[in-house]
Amino acid sequence: MLQRDYTTSQLDVLEAEAIHIMREVAAEFERPCLLFSGGKDSIVMLRIAEKAFWPAPIPFPLMHVDTGHNFPEVIEFRDRRVEELGARLVVASVQDSIDAGRVVEETGRRASRNRLQTTTLLDAIEENEFDAVFGGARRDEEKARAKERVFSFRDDFGQWDPKNQRPELWNLYNAKIRKGEHIRVFPLSNWTELDIWDYIRREGIEIPSIYFAHSRAVFERDGMLLADNPWITRGDDEPLFEAVVRYRTVGDATCTGAVQSSAGTVEEIIDEIAATRITERGATRADDRASEAAMEDRKREGYF
Amino acid sequence: MDILRFATAGSVDDGKSTLIGRLLFDSKAIFEDQLEAVERTSRDRGTEYTDLSLLTDGLRAEREQGITIDVAYRYFATPRRKFIIADTPGHIQYTRNMVTGASTADLAIILIDARKGVLEQSRRHAFLTTLLRVPHLVLAVNKMDLVDYSEERFEEIREEFTAFASKLNAPDLTFIPISALLGDNVVSRSQNMPWYNGSSLLHHLENVHIASDRNLVDVRFPVQYVIRPQRATDPALHDYRGYAGQVAGGVLKPGDEVMHLPSGLSTRIASIDTYDGPVEEAFAPMSVTLRLEDDIDISRGDMICRPNNQPHAAQELEAMVCWMTDASKLGPRTKLTIKHTTRTARALVRDLHYRLDVNTLHRDEAAQSLGLNEIGRVSLRVTQPLFVDDYARNRLTGGFILVDESTNNTVGAGMIVDAR
Ligand SMILES: Nc1nc2c(ncn2[C@@H]2O[C@H](COP(=O)(O)OP(=O)(O)O)[C@@H](O)[C@H]2O)c(=O)[nH]1
Ligand SMILES: [Mg+2]
Repeated sequence: MLQRDYTTSQLDVLEAEAIHIMREVAAEFERPCLLFSGGKDSIVMLRIAEKAFWPAPIPFPLMHVDTGHNFPEVIEFRDRRVEELGARLVVASVQDSIDAGRVVEETGRRASRNRLQTTTLLDAIEENEFDAVFGGARRDEEKARAKERVFSFRDDFGQWDPKNQRPELWNLYNAKIRKGEHIRVFPLSNWTELDIWDYIRREGIEIPSIYFAHSRAVFERDGMLLADNPWITRGDDEPLFEAVVRYRTVGDATCTGAVQSSAGTVEEIIDEIAATRITERGATRADDRASEAAMEDRKREGYF
Repeated sequence: MDILRFATAGSVDDGKSTLIGRLLFDSKAIFEDQLEAVERTSRDRGTEYTDLSLLTDGLRAEREQGITIDVAYRYFATPRRKFIIADTPGHIQYTRNMVTGASTADLAIILIDARKGVLEQSRRHAFLTTLLRVPHLVLAVNKMDLVDYSEERFEEIREEFTAFASKLNAPDLTFIPISALLGDNVVSRSQNMPWYNGSSLLHHLENVHIASDRNLVDVRFPVQYVIRPQRATDPALHDYRGYAGQVAGGVLKPGDEVMHLPSGLSTRIASIDTYDGPVEEAFAPMSVTLRLEDDIDISRGDMICRPNNQPHAAQELEAMVCWMTDASKLGPRTKLTIKHTTRTARALVRDLHYRLDVNTLHRDEAAQSLGLNEIGRVSLRVTQPLFVDDYARNRLTGGFILVDESTNNTVGAGMIVDAR
């Protein structure tokens, strides 16, 4: 008789790990929430939440930190998904934070609401008394993230202290916090961009249309293609042109760049990513280019 | 395609970063923008070569001090496997980070500089990986180009290390002579060492058999979460009660007779549910939901096993503990929170039998306490029974963490021995 080989595929291992992490949170925290932006990582995270608690509904609300600078296709997708699941969505709005005087809008050509999101996020966590917040960040995205724990402790001010992280061993996660503190939880820590796409293909998961090649009016800035939109100040030296593009990440519309691509299906996207030589954040995120430690600094303050 | 998790260990300048950089680069996991950033930083700091360690040393403090402080996880894949590297610092003051990286590793690569041979730290790294029961060990004898690719030198090191490793009862041990800098025996077999008949390092990583490293014999299912949809209107879900968890050992099948602990009551598995439909069997590391034939009062922290193969229900534990904080020490009467599988309890240190010198393996029985990065044999009493196995038999039911009750920090990692 043939000996059964208990090999498990990489996606099955990653999925099982992520489900375990989600159940750990649901069991150990009072008020978790899941950050859902309508981007591909959070879409995958949401699918895993569905799987973790099935046939019961997802036992926590979703939260979107809304910069107000959105791609309409993504917001439409977000709302449809929330409705299908019968989930509760908390929208934390950067505009509200500006109106309330909590933050001041940046000015100038490179103005962006990216950094302002941190205040909005932390205020919403405090207001809703969330004690665990799921994020879709992956360690392969960025070198500060490569060092972050799956259960990442945040103090009363929402700050991350990279030099003082709790050791994390086996599949044992330390969920102990005091009131006012919280844990950021990253169930997709060990996934790569390619794993995300392989999973989207395998599961047949729907994603917003902007991930697929489409024609769009764009202009070039710092070697990136930015879409024209009402919130962006375009210089005379930045002429608009029509191009066939797609997005590799979905963030604030003022600082998320598109890449030239003809990939119209998930399969074609996977082929393209397998061949690409530039990371997704390097290709498409102006916010990470500011300095060598841009992400570490924002994360220390409480960013995603 | 499956996943291999491996940890790398070596002393400063043995070539760890160079090796990782080469593996990532040759498997195309380093992207142009990352390489450009590293080149730019290397230039700014006046380094003449591209310092690939900047790829893994991601924190500001690490780059400023030029050392690896924390565990960094790196990812690459070949058509055969996905790899997760836990890149751990080698200094004795980072023992806890190495222990952390090794806890989930299927394999560890220990680098040795061929010119220097087996050093005190090489022995420490080997000891820690065997203490953490990393099932496969690779001794990569690096910088072979600097010893004229000498077979004699390689054999000398192999013999010395083998003699030492036999004392550790090291598991599967493989020796590979390499040059991380020039690429010999890293991805493909080297022309410079025709006397070496083994595989290249990458070939070994791609082919080492890991599926049977998991415990597939002793059924262990720590109950993590109880799923009760409570939909009064849906007849199919009205009475649904599922026990969710990640399999920690053995193979479970519908119809199997199982026992619940702590009650000791037996029942059968009615079905093994997942979102994608019921499955015919479940084994580690699958996350599934069990439904049982009989109504038993079951909650998080309980264990499901087989009536004729049970873990030990223990309130007195013997363990090797690695202490991970400099804010306090572990000694007799220290009180801590213990987390083992899905169960959390309080623990009292009854005795510290000895502190182990991780370099010489000497046991200091006069030791009064364990400080940061120290390892010792400890007796604990816990407030409620934990369902344990020897760590050597099952890493998931034999490992635990200790949490400080005042700071909430994770301060210790334990591996159960002599479970009774
Ligand atoms: N000749 C030679 N030099 C090497 C080899 N591997 C690494 N080095 C050099 O040894 C130095 C230390 O290497 P590094 O990778 O930074 O060591 P780490 O401290 O273990 O990460 C660097 O100058 C490397 O270029 C090798 O196989 N042969
Ligand atoms: Mg190094």
